[in-house]
Amino acid sequence: MPTGYASHHPDKPFVLRFDHVQFSYGQVPVLEAASFHIHEGEFVALVGPNGAGKTTVLKLVLGLAQPNGGSITLFGSSPRIGRDRIGYVPQHADYDPTFPISVEEVVRMGRIRPFMRSYSSKDYDAVHSALQTMELSDLAKRPYHALSGGQRRRVLVARALSASPDMLVLDEPTSNMDADSERRLFAALGALKGKTTVLIVTHDTGFVSSLTDRVLCVGDVGPSRIGRTIVQHRIEPTKDAPAQLFGGDALKVLHDSSLDDDCCCPPGGAE
Amino acid sequence: MIAFFEALFNPSMPFVRNALVAGLLSSVLFGILGTVVTVKRIAGLAGAISHAVLGGIGMALYLSATNILPNLPPIAGAIVFAVLAALIIGIVSMKARQREDTVINAIWAIGMSIGVLFMAKTPGYTDPSSYLFGNILLISTRDLALLGILDVVVVLLVWRFYPQLEATSFDNEFAQVKGLSTNAVFLILLIVTAIAVVLLQTFVGIVMVIAMLTLPAGTAGFSAKNMIGMMVLAWLYSSLFSVGGLVAGWNFDLPVGAMVVVLAGAVFLSFSFFRLLKTRRKKSLQPPEQSPGEANA
Repeated sequence: MPTGYASHHPDKPFVLRFDHVQFSYGQVPVLEAASFHIHEGEFVALVGPNGAGKTTVLKLVLGLAQPNGGSITLFGSSPRIGRDRIGYVPQHADYDPTFPISVEEVVRMGRIRPFMRSYSSKDYDAVHSALQTMELSDLAKRPYHALSGGQRRRVLVARALSASPDMLVLDEPTSNMDADSERRLFAALGALKGKTTVLIVTHDTGFVSSLTDRVLCVGDVGPSRIGRTIVQHRIEPTKDAPAQLFGGDALKVLHDSSLDDDCCCPPGGAE
Repeated sequence: MIAFFEALFNPSMPFVRNALVAGLLSSVLFGILGTVVTVKRIAGLAGAISHAVLGGIGMALYLSATNILPNLPPIAGAIVFAVLAALIIGIVSMKARQREDTVINAIWAIGMSIGVLFMAKTPGYTDPSSYLFGNILLISTRDLALLGILDVVVVLLVWRFYPQLEATSFDNEFAQVKGLSTNAVFLILLIVTAIAVVLLQTFVGIVMVIAMLTLPAGTAGFSAKNMIGMMVLAWLYSSLFSVGGLVAGWNFDLPVGAMVVVLAGAVFLSFSFFRLLKTRRKKSLQPPEQSPGEANA
């Protein structure tokens, strides 16, 4: 029987754990009894149709929203403390194309600390190495707005990487992305696999990158049928995926299967 | 032109020198704060604060004229109203996503109305137009000193917190994840802008402050490479428009504040027009193909 995991690290400690998390916007319930966990070094895809609550899950992980019930543990602490070790790649869809800023200055922001006055040479070394990782060194001095949508997204990945995060969180990284940028992005993510924990959020519910270890799906109704909950689906290699997707092989998500949250390790284990 | 310079060095006309110094000192604030207001897209908020200031001016004039608080300068009332308006608008815009613009417009209108009501009840005749459109004859040495102090404060704040200002302006959510107090940055920015608006209205007036906070910065935005470059360029443009407006206003016997704004507006519109022509020409020279991923990006 297939396990549903391309590769799995139940022996590794938890990086993120949602325990019966409940969340609502005012009177509108969004999440109900959502439980899942991610181990160190895993590559996890969080999928779900638009409006299912993926962005809410992301906001909760990043400490930008607080749950109404249940608990969230990130790197052993609350999200507001643990998020320091996260490299966040937002969609940044509302970005202002008239904002004057260079690619290097955007990536430099990844090194910002709350009360710093200026960036050090160590910061610039990290910026240049992140630009190199994302194959953007040639574009460092270019205005950010002059780049293509795919290039801009890679700049935001470089910005996240410049702080050498322990976990990378990407919000819809491939939306509006050209095939070349997509290939380069997944090549870079492939190089990080195993070393950095990756949580990638996507509305493509059919296929995920072959780098993916586990798939979590937001969207099924919760126990009291009010809010949504998160279930884990099995994945299997497929040849049906559209060409040029994820810059390589894709895995098919089996939506008719669900795995228990604690199926990979004993309840409360591997802490 | 010569008439202006004669007046400038005429010892019996100190107000001409005061107006020139006020224009140059204002330009620092127009350039720096204008850039931040423009890139953060909070010109509407700054507009509401500047108009609400009339309420404070009216109240101070009334309290002073009726001897309830004798010798209370209008600027004191203006600062109290500006800071209050900034706090209300700031908190509403951080907490309530809905009806934000309704509240902002309400503050704008209520502030102005309170000003008009107080002025109507103030003994003697009070002409609101000098506050609305600025009057260089009203600029005092104290106003200049206050403008100078605020210039220094704003330059120091930008020097000390440039990375935080850049990060919160470009991507507020990312800055928040990086542990920055984005709300504190926003509120401090609004309060500094509110105080600046009060001091700046002596030069161009309440109605036109917002024009000078957006037009020079907008013009600078056409060629600036980054935020600091935009600030410096906007400061230079503001100085140019202020001095130009002052000279033209003096020579043609026209209100200086309005002259400065017309100059700034004309230059901004010309820049926009040339940019439009340039983009059109570029597009017509280029084949229309674009990769599908980049078309919507």
